[in-house]
Amino acid sequence: MMQSKNEMKLSFDARSVNEGFARVAVAAFITELNPTLDEVADVKTAVSEAVTNAIIHGYDDPCEKVELVCRIEGNQVEIAVTDTGKGIPDVAKAMEPFYTTKPELERSGMGFAFIEAFMDEVQVTSEVDRGTRVWMRKRIGAQEG
Amino acid sequence: MEQYCEREGNCLRVRVPKELDHHEAGRLKLEADMMIDAYHVKTLIFDFGETEFMDSSGIGVLIGRSKKMGYYGGEVYAQNLNGRVQKIFRVSGLHALIQTDMPKGE
Repeated sequence: MMQSKNEMKLSFDARSVNEGFARVAVAAFITELNPTLDEVADVKTAVSEAVTNAIIHGYDDPCEKVELVCRIEGNQVEIAVTDTGKGIPDVAKAMEPFYTTKPELERSGMGFAFIEAFMDEVQVTSEVDRGTRVWMRKRIGAQEG
Repeated sequence: MEQYCEREGNCLRVRVPKELDHHEAGRLKLEADMMIDAYHVKTLIFDFGETEFMDSSGIGVLIGRSKKMGYYGGEVYAQNLNGRVQKIFRVSGLHALIQTDMPKGE
């Protein structure tokens, strides 16, 4: 039985080019759990959604920072994506599929739905003008039973 | 010179990049819209042959172009979807909106 324990923290500018960086960094970090390709893709998609939300909705200034913490504990991976930006006035509403505050940017409103679909557990905490934290967890190896 | 699009008559093929996220979406949208408007495109094909990653930003791109083609009475297809892109299509319900070469009945 694997008993890994490992943690890393990234802090990066709220620039769209870092969306790819963040998901690739997390994918590399979790390789020690021997995830399937599908599990890696699920985690990458979820990270991409959370980081994109922080960049688009959290901040106007791309010099502001997005923080990502990734922790491995046993066969679980936990990821927290945090911004100190605008915050979400109504988290429940924001998590409804197809809800978006930026239809002009052709945001699909599917971001949180994707995170929920691809991770086992998701928690979103937010405070207006203080920022937003998206915490998510997935068990790796679940597909093999 | 177009980075993503190839046109033949009024058929436009968009070669979706390796990773379609919010970062890539902006440029792709601009180029595809410019081509659709300039050449009165009737058939729009998204070719996912090279695509390994797509998130919900990609869904926004596809829905936006589909709406645009709908106004023009055109048709939209998605081709060469790998397993991952098929999963994204299913989870988002996009396969009900855009004709694909995905296996039926799933």
